Amino acid sequence: MEYIPNILFAVILALGIGYFARNIKKLIRNIKLGREVDASDHKRERWSNMARIALGQSKMVKRPIAGFLHVVVYVGFIIINIEVLEIIIDGLFGTHRIGLKVLPESVYGFLIGSFEILAVLVLVAVFAFWMRRNVINIKRFKSLKGWPKNDGNIILYFEVVLMCLFLVMNATDTMFQNLGHGNVISQFIAPWFGDNPDTLHIIERTAWWLHIVGILIFLNYLYFSKHLHILLAFPNTYYGSVAPKGKFNNLESVTNEVKLMMDPNADPFAAAPEGAEEEEPAKFGASDVMDLNQIQLLNAYTCTECGRCTAACPANLTGKKLSPRKIMMDTRDRLEEVGKNIDANGGEFKDDGKQLLGDYITNEELWACTTCNACVEECPVSINPLSIILDMRRYLVMEQSAAPMELNNMMTNIENNGAPWPYNQMDRLNWAKED
Amino acid sequence: MSEELKVPTMAEFMAEGKQPEILFWVGSAGSYDDRAKKISKAFVKILNKANVEFAVLGEEESNTGDVAKRAGNEFLFQMQAMMNIEILNAYEVKRIVTCDPHSYNCIKNEYPSLGGNYDVVHHTQFIKELISSGRLTIEGNTYKGKRITFHDPCYLGRANSEYNAPRDVLKKTNANLVEMKRHKSTALCCGAGGAQMFKEPEKGNMDINVLRTEDALETKPDIIATGCPYCNTMMTDGVKAKEKENEISVLDIAELIANS
Repeated sequence: MEYIPNILFAVILALGIGYFARNIKKLIRNIKLGREVDASDHKRERWSNMARIALGQSKMVKRPIAGFLHVVVYVGFIIINIEVLEIIIDGLFGTHRIGLKVLPESVYGFLIGSFEILAVLVLVAVFAFWMRRNVINIKRFKSLKGWPKNDGNIILYFEVVLMCLFLVMNATDTMFQNLGHGNVISQFIAPWFGDNPDTLHIIERTAWWLHIVGILIFLNYLYFSKHLHILLAFPNTYYGSVAPKGKFNNLESVTNEVKLMMDPNADPFAAAPEGAEEEEPAKFGASDVMDLNQIQLLNAYTCTECGRCTAACPANLTGKKLSPRKIMMDTRDRLEEVGKNIDANGGEFKDDGKQLLGDYITNEELWACTTCNACVEECPVSINPLSIILDMRRYLVMEQSAAPMELNNMMTNIENNGAPWPYNQMDRLNWAKED
Repeated sequence: MSEELKVPTMAEFMAEGKQPEILFWVGSAGSYDDRAKKISKAFVKILNKANVEFAVLGEEESNTGDVAKRAGNEFLFQMQAMMNIEILNAYEVKRIVTCDPHSYNCIKNEYPSLGGNYDVVHHTQFIKELISSGRLTIEGNTYKGKRITFHDPCYLGRANSEYNAPRDVLKKTNANLVEMKRHKSTALCCGAGGAQMFKEPEKGNMDINVLRTEDALETKPDIIATGCPYCNTMMTDGVKAKEKENEISVLDIAELIANS
């Protein structure tokens, strides 16, 4: 009987981690629906980007207030989670504060003391975040409605509950309070709970259990929320582009065809070489998530919907429909829809008559983009909404010939006379002779 | 500027069996757009003053394909690119200078994988080079003390992280350089990029160039300096929309330096 708590703990832990692992597997499967992309180059630079941008939060602090608050929550979150290690060992082996057995009292006290201070700082930061989201008029948060808005708040409430449970757990632990080390904050909370040892023990145990169960629930909530960035920011900054932002990829499928077109010796009617498989002609651009590449899909899962991109977008600032944040949210929503479709149909996607283009993202949004890279520059975790916009424009133009009329005129001019305006190519040097 | 400009072509150099120091890539705007042609001329004036041996492709130059690519027409882009690369390679061009950040970005970043490898420089970078090597001297009287604000072109700034060259060059005019609130990496686009130059904007509550002009007007400038022919057009229109064209001029850095 005395092992029941240990077994119960092991089962809860296994369930929590198991369900999370299942969803992560699903997430990886969904990302792999995208086109493969080679990112095996510039390894050093990629690691350094990850260290600087994700680990070092270098882009978060570009906006000092939000950046500072975020660093507090981030550092708090990572460091306080060291405590979880102790909780897991205690839970599995029935020990109590195993850290005290391993570490000198003063070191243990120092650790827990820092956790307690961080917990308070996190509470303060979370309160500020909540104010920013719900009271202070900040456009990029105010424009969020429905689930995305609630999602943001739920995460904040989660953090409040977890931090409070951590402090209560320490405050009601008589042994820990008597230690006199590390109860920097909890010593002030302890008197609230009286001095009945039985009551204290019950509260301590309850807080302890709720704390670990809360963490597991939080872990599993990630997959369903915008909060995956706490994990995905790392791979995402690694796979983020290492080229100058102005460099847009050249489509290889197009290169092959253009070379064939320009080669005077090519025989367009030649039979395919012996043994060559009848290849399905490549689709140009993207109309659905499967046409995007795996990094773009990873981008979609990583997005925290902070809206810094949209707040910097010149089209959005002047009242156009385009919002780079919406591009990322739409991509993720559609990818999730496709994933659920696959789950429901025994591992295969069954055409649902929908696609990213049209059902989620409209032509009007796509054509409003100036390709200025402000959204890419702003993103604190190296997401590139512009690359998705460009791929969808490619589909519109090359597969559907659906460019706005003025752009078609411009392109016809380039084709005919090598300039976007209807001027004669032979007049290209006239400027030098004019007054 | 009534004296005729000397603008030799690559074909002429080739005929003499010579190779110029640089190829001046004029670009479609610089060749045909009335406002941008003045920028091309100003830059040629600088090149002549600094005794730079340069040539243009002239009738053999064609649109880079940049705007087609950004509109989504990868076919047209690659056809244009390959045609241009064929000619550039035939002339064994090594170094290209252009006043158009869009051509600069496109040739520098997107031509290499199609077989075009050149050292590509923006004209503000080249002018900076001419000044620091002592080939070009600036008296610095014309704009002394004038308030100048520089509008970063997206395709020079964010796209290629070049924020300093244009500013370093502007400092040589002894002008009073003032920054807009949004500048360098946070600069607001003029509204022309991504093929917007060639179409009506989508429905909204304002034109982007007007918003950007408001940014510039906040600095109370005498001159708005640009480094891109498209930005120049957009800012000029913005200043007109604000009815400030009599007080504020919009000038390319090449023009400012040519007059300094």
